[in-house]
Amino acid sequence: MKSNPVKSNSLSRRAFLGTTAAGVAVAGLAPGALRAQHKRGGTFRIARGHGQTTDTLNPGTFDNQFMNGLVYAYGGFLTAVAADGSVIPDLAESWEASADAKVWRFKMRPGITFHSGRPVTPEDVVTSINFHRGDDSTSAAKPLLEAIEDISVDGNTVVFTLSAGNADFAFIGSDYHLPILPSKDGTMDWQSGDGAGPYRIVEFKPGVSATVERFENDWNSNRGFFDRIECLAVLDANARITSLVSGDVHAIDKLEPKTVGLMARNASINIHSVAGNQHYTFAMSTNKDPYTDRNIRLALKHAVNREEIVEKILFGYGYVGNDHPIGRGQQFFNSDLAQTPYDPDKAKFYLKQAGVDKLSVELSAADAAYPGAVDAAVLFQNSAKAAGIDLQVNRAPNDGYWSDVWMKEPFSAVYWSGRPVEDSMLTLAYSSGAEWNDTFWDNARFNELLVAARAEIDLDKRRAMYWEMQEILNQDGGVIIPMFANFIFATGPGVVVSDKFASNWDLDGERWWERWSFA
Amino acid sequence: MGKLLRLIGQRLGLGLLTLLVVSVLIFFAVELLPGDLAEAVLGQAATEETVAAMRAQLGLDRPAPVRYLEWLAGAAVGDFGNSLVTGDRVSEAIGERLLNTLMLATYAALIAVPVSIVLGILVALLRNSLFDRVANVLTLTSISSPEFFLGYILILYLSVKTGWFPAIASQTADMSLGDYLYRTFLPALTLVLVVTAHMMRMTRAAIINLLASPYIEMARLKGVYPLKVIVRHALPNAWAPIINVVALNLAYLITGVVLVEVVFVYPGIGQLLVDAVAKRDFPIVQACCLIFAATFILLNLAADVGSILTNPRLRHPK
Repeated sequence: MKSNPVKSNSLSRRAFLGTTAAGVAVAGLAPGALRAQHKRGGTFRIARGHGQTTDTLNPGTFDNQFMNGLVYAYGGFLTAVAADGSVIPDLAESWEASADAKVWRFKMRPGITFHSGRPVTPEDVVTSINFHRGDDSTSAAKPLLEAIEDISVDGNTVVFTLSAGNADFAFIGSDYHLPILPSKDGTMDWQSGDGAGPYRIVEFKPGVSATVERFENDWNSNRGFFDRIECLAVLDANARITSLVSGDVHAIDKLEPKTVGLMARNASINIHSVAGNQHYTFAMSTNKDPYTDRNIRLALKHAVNREEIVEKILFGYGYVGNDHPIGRGQQFFNSDLAQTPYDPDKAKFYLKQAGVDKLSVELSAADAAYPGAVDAAVLFQNSAKAAGIDLQVNRAPNDGYWSDVWMKEPFSAVYWSGRPVEDSMLTLAYSSGAEWNDTFWDNARFNELLVAARAEIDLDKRRAMYWEMQEILNQDGGVIIPMFANFIFATGPGVVVSDKFASNWDLDGERWWERWSFA
Repeated sequence: MGKLLRLIGQRLGLGLLTLLVVSVLIFFAVELLPGDLAEAVLGQAATEETVAAMRAQLGLDRPAPVRYLEWLAGAAVGDFGNSLVTGDRVSEAIGERLLNTLMLATYAALIAVPVSIVLGILVALLRNSLFDRVANVLTLTSISSPEFFLGYILILYLSVKTGWFPAIASQTADMSLGDYLYRTFLPALTLVLVVTAHMMRMTRAAIINLLASPYIEMARLKGVYPLKVIVRHALPNAWAPIINVVALNLAYLITGVVLVEVVFVYPGIGQLLVDAVAKRDFPIVQACCLIFAATFILLNLAADVGSILTNPRLRHPK
C-alpha cells in the first residue's frame, strides 16, 4: 500500500480529540479546508449510511437519517434550528407566546409557495400538524404534539393552544416529522412529494437515491447553493469511504471511529467531527428488582469505566456522560455537577448500603442499539468485576431489538439521538408515564420541576430548575449514560462547508443541503 | 420428443406445488420472527397507541391463517398484493430491482460461462501442467474468498489505486448500455470470479473422466489431435454434468448476490428482500422468495432438459 505522508499541518489525533471534547465547536477541520465565499451551481453527490427500500415520504414514519435529512431539503417548516442551536423563523416569519406560554401565535411569511406553485396557507399548517394527531394517527410525532389542545387560523396567523405552558414550543415546529405540506381533500398530501423547502424532489427511489433540484422561487435567497443534489443510500461503510476517495461522491457520513485515523492520512479529504447530543445508554427498569433500589443503581453507575469506553468504543470521538441526557453544548448543561467516576470501592459501598455483597445482573445488548454496544457491555462487565458485580452480557439479536428487548428486558443498551431542547429530551425519556420512559422512572420532584421549567419564561429560574433535574437524574435516575458520541463525516476537495457546524443532527444539523457549496 | 414434453409438464406441475409449499413456509417463518410489521416500522419510536392504530389499519390484528389465505386467493389470480409498508404494488416495488438483478446476472453469466468452459477444456488438455496448476489455484482462491472480500480487493486495485472503474455501481435514469456495462463491471467481475471455479473444475473433471474411455483411446490411436479429441469426442459426452453445474451457478447469480449488491451499492433484489424481512413486509418477502424458488425450479428443469437433449441415448430411449 502506498503510504501518504501525514500532513504536517494536520492535527494529531490527540490534539484533535482535545478540541472535539471542548464542546459543540467545529473540530477536526484540517487547515486546508475551504472557508471561502459560497458560490452557486454544480451537482453535489453525497453517500449516506442510512436509507431503506421501505422508506416512504410519509413524515410520520421517518425513522432513519436519509429521510430525516431529505425532508429538510424539500419541506418547509414553521421554524428552524440555527447553527448555534437557537430557533429561527422559517415559514413562520415571527411568533409570540402568551405570558403562561400556553397560547402560541405563528405569523406566516406572506407570498410563499410550494414547489407546485400553490401558495402556502395557514390552513396547510393546520392539516399538516393535525395529520400527526388524533386517535388513528400512526405518526411517530404523536407524543410530541400531545399537549396541543386546539389549532386555529386567525387571518395569516396560526394559533396553537396548549394544555400546559411550554416555553420551547417554537422548537417543535422544526422537528423533522412536521414539514408543512400542501393539503388535499382536507388531509395532508405527502404522496406528491411537494413541499416548500429550498429544493424540489426530482426523483426519489427508496433505499437507493434521492435527486433534488434548487427551487428557483425559494423565499430565502441566501441558502441553497447547489443546483442539484444527488443523495445516495450507501449502507456499507467501506463503499462510502471508497466512493469518496475515488471521487465518485463529494461527501459521506457515518464514518466508523476505528477507521477515521486511517482516512485522515489522505490529504485531500477533510474529516469533520462534531460533538452533539447523541448518546448511548444502559437503561435499568427502576420498577423491577434489583433496580428498584437506588443504591444498586448508584453501585452500577460507579462500576462503569467511562473513559475506557469512550477510548475503546468511540476511539475518542465523543466524551463521557454523567447519567443525564443533556449535552455539553446545550444551553442548560449543568457544568457544576460532579462527574460520577469509576470507583469500585464506592460501588462496593453502595452495594453494602443496599444490603448485598454480591450482585448478579444481566445486561442485554445488540449492535442494533448502537454500533459497539455489545463491546461496550463487555467492557462494563470487566470493570464491574472489580466492584464485586457479576454482570452477564446477553447478546440479543439485532433484528427486533426495539420491539423485544428494549423496555422489555430490565437492563439494556439504548441509543438516543438527543434533542436540541432540554425539555423535549427530558420529557420524552424521563417524565413519569412517558411512552419512551425506558427506565420506568418516576421521581416526584423531577416531574414537578419538569412541568414548572417548561412554562417558566425567566431564563435564570429555568436554568436553576434544569440544573437540579440533571442532578436528580445523576443521583437517582435509572439510566447510565457512559458516553456522548460525535457525529463524524467527511468532505472531498472543493467543498465549502459551514464555518460552524450545527450539532442538533448529523451533517451540520441536516442543513448541509442549504448551507454548503462548491468553492 | 413427446416424452420430453410430458416430463416438462410434470416438472412444471411439481414446481407449482413446491412454490405453494414454499409460500406456506415463508409466511409462517415471517410470522415466527419476533415483533410484527407495526413494531418494526415504528421501531424505537413505537408507542402502544400508534402500534395498535397501525395494526388495525393494515388488518394485522386478524389471525395469521386468514391473512395467508387472503394472500393466496389473490396470488392465484396473479395479484400479489401491495407492500404493507409503502403501499406500492408488489410488482412495482420488485419490477425494476428484479430487472437490475437479472441484468447483472446476465452480464456476469455472459462472461463467466464461456470463460470457464474454455478454461476447463484448456486445463483438461494441459492437465497437470503449470498452466493447469495456476488456473486451479487462482480460481479456487477466488471461490474460497467471501464475495465482499473479493469485491473490496477489486475496488482497491481497479478503482481506488488506478481509477479505472467506479467504486460504486450507482445507476442513473438516462444511462446508455455502454455506461451501464462500464459502471457495473466490477460487481460483474466479482460474480464471475465467484462462479468460474465451480464450472471450470466440473468441465475439467467431466472431460478427464472420459479420457480413460476406450473410444477416446481409439480416437487417439487413429492419430486425432489432442484438442480435437477433447472437443469432438469427449465434450459431447461431458455436457450433462457441465450443464447441471452451469444451471446451479446461474441460479446463484440471481439469488446469492446480496453481498455484492451491498458492497457495490447496486440496487438489486437482494437488498429489497433484506429490508422487507427487517420490516416484516410479508407480501414483498413472499414475492422475492417465490421468484428465487421459481428460478431454481426452472433452471433445474432446464438443466435436466439440456442433459436429455445432449444425450442421444436419453433422446431416443428404446
